Amino acid sequence: MTTAVTEEEQKDSTTRWQLRLYVAGHTTKSAAAFANLHKICDEYLKGRYRLEVIDLLRQPQLAAGDQILAVPTLVRNLPLPLRKILGDLSNTERVLVGLDLRPAAEKE
Amino acid sequence: MAATVAAPMTELEKCPTGIHGLDEVTGGGLPRGRPTLVCGDAGSGKTVLALQFLVQGIRQFNEPGVFIAFEENPQDLATNMASMGVDLNQLCAENQLAIDWIHLDASEIEEAGEYDLEGLFIRIQCALQRVHARRIALDSIEALFSSLKDQGMLRSELRRLFAWMKDQQLTALVTGERGEGRFTRHGLEEYVADCVISLDHQLSNQISTRHMQVIKYRGSAHGDNQYPFLIGKTGLSVFPITSVGLDCPAPSEQISSGVPRLDAMLRGGGFFRGSTILISGAAGTGKSSLAAHFARAACERGERALYFAFEESREQIIRNMRSIGIDLAPWVERDLLRFHASRPSLCGLETHLAGILAAVEEFAPSFIALDPMTDFIAVGSQSEVKCMLTRLVDFLKMKQITGFFTSLTLADHSNEQSEAGISSLIDCWLLVRSLEQNGERTRALYLLKSRGMAHSSQVREFLLTDTGVDLVDVCVSAGGVLTGSARREYEARQLEARVRHKEVLARKKVHLERRRRDMEAQIETLRRQFEEEEAEMTAAMKNIMEADVRAKNDRDALTRSREYDLAPQHT
Repeated sequence: MTTAVTEEEQKDSTTRWQLRLYVAGHTTKSAAAFANLHKICDEYLKGRYRLEVIDLLRQPQLAAGDQILAVPTLVRNLPLPLRKILGDLSNTERVLVGLDLRPAAEKE
Repeated sequence: MAATVAAPMTELEKCPTGIHGLDEVTGGGLPRGRPTLVCGDAGSGKTVLALQFLVQGIRQFNEPGVFIAFEENPQDLATNMASMGVDLNQLCAENQLAIDWIHLDASEIEEAGEYDLEGLFIRIQCALQRVHARRIALDSIEALFSSLKDQGMLRSELRRLFAWMKDQQLTALVTGERGEGRFTRHGLEEYVADCVISLDHQLSNQISTRHMQVIKYRGSAHGDNQYPFLIGKTGLSVFPITSVGLDCPAPSEQISSGVPRLDAMLRGGGFFRGSTILISGAAGTGKSSLAAHFARAACERGERALYFAFEESREQIIRNMRSIGIDLAPWVERDLLRFHASRPSLCGLETHLAGILAAVEEFAPSFIALDPMTDFIAVGSQSEVKCMLTRLVDFLKMKQITGFFTSLTLADHSNEQSEAGISSLIDCWLLVRSLEQNGERTRALYLLKSRGMAHSSQVREFLLTDTGVDLVDVCVSAGGVLTGSARREYEARQLEARVRHKEVLARKKVHLERRRRDMEAQIETLRRQFEEEEAEMTAAMKNIMEADVRAKNDRDALTRSREYDLAPQHT
């Protein structure tokens, strides 16, 4: 999770999910977020997503574009609608709800 | 910590806002390098204040600024400020101002685990670096409370944010919406403890007035009162006029009222410059006409006059005054005379006051008229009106502007009563009373008081003629004071009596003359008689003497004839 590069790039055109993870430097929170995200993606989106990790300490100007305030923030750019999940993604339930991978029955 | 301990004795440095009046209230500006909280209800002017703080910083003090908008987007902000003559886009293009719009849509956000607001810090830092900012405004960071659920984290991050801004030596202005029983809804005052300014919007009689108050200013003296402020064409201005003390100059120069007879009543010279004159009277007693006289007199001296009309429009006044021979139009054309006509109910008292002050500051007249001042009572209570007028009078005195207020009274006898509230503010008080006699109404002018000069205590009849206001001596007869046709009738009677008296005298004179002639004739007769007698007397005397001589001669002759017989005795 060192740089802002594409991580899990799977085959391609069927790739329907585009995710961005915003972090600010190497913190325990960003490390946890990265690890948690990996786990979830492996389980639910294997081969269907593209992840970009952006370190705002290196590219601060990117924060405005996606209206990032909190870090870590996971942004689901695709599929629409845009979703944002704040935090280290340790609460898997919430992440799944946030990503619409599970019906939001118990939420709200 | 070490940094704050290092400078215990230095006085708090202030950062001037450049906003009209605010620097006076705060004694020089906001605390430099510290955050200031501006709280107020929705629409109370927080955003305008925050933007003005930055814009004036750029324009007047060459201090670039960053505006972090949590509510309005930059386009809306630019549109709003354009109406106050500020081009935000241009300032941004010149790299003097950076606006970052921070928008969180709660519906698209899910929270799953721990996070912090480092992203916000990074964005602020980014904007600060872009323009090398010294000032920052956050409007209103409280919006975060409704978008983020982890309030504990938010509070600790806010604490960190304010500490960080202090470290960066940023003079910050933070806005927050007023909450129930506290300054802000989410207790921002907890973090911003140095200076708290409250904006508010009071509604009375369906008219709203904006007020500003410095609630707290750690380490600095400040005005405690609520000060009215205006958001107008030139942005936001505060009017801290209550700070004016009673140390204004008192010139002894007298200026003409434009009515010679009135000047004559005032030691011959007119009113003191910078004095406050009140004229009260019922409807149609010529108060406005007198105001127009004053204004014209000022213009004729080459001074500027400002006429605030609350009942008539400029055109109406000019037309009406022309009917009594006062042509104001040329002075308007030469821009020595200006009119401000507005309905009193248009806005609140404070807003009126602010508007009057703004107009006075802009035009810098030496004379202003408020016609009629009493209309304000419809807008505020009597004590509010008095409070406003006190401030206005203080302001005028500071500027040595002569103020002329007209006051409309309804019933004649309650005159003195109703104005008792403000009469103490007034230097010179004229009262026009209508008198009803013999089925006609006339006006009498009294000079109730005139501070600092001997003045006539006589009542004058107040006439509106083709050439303006004129004052005429009234007739005081056994039947009381006579005015109007009663006065004219009385005068006519007096004249007639005099004429008759003159005729009698003339007749007497003729008679006397005749008598003198008689007397002189008699004297002549007597003298003649006397002369005759005298002449007779002289003649008689002469006869006697001649007879004597003759007798002696006869005797001598006789003797001589006898001596012939005797011997001669000698020779």
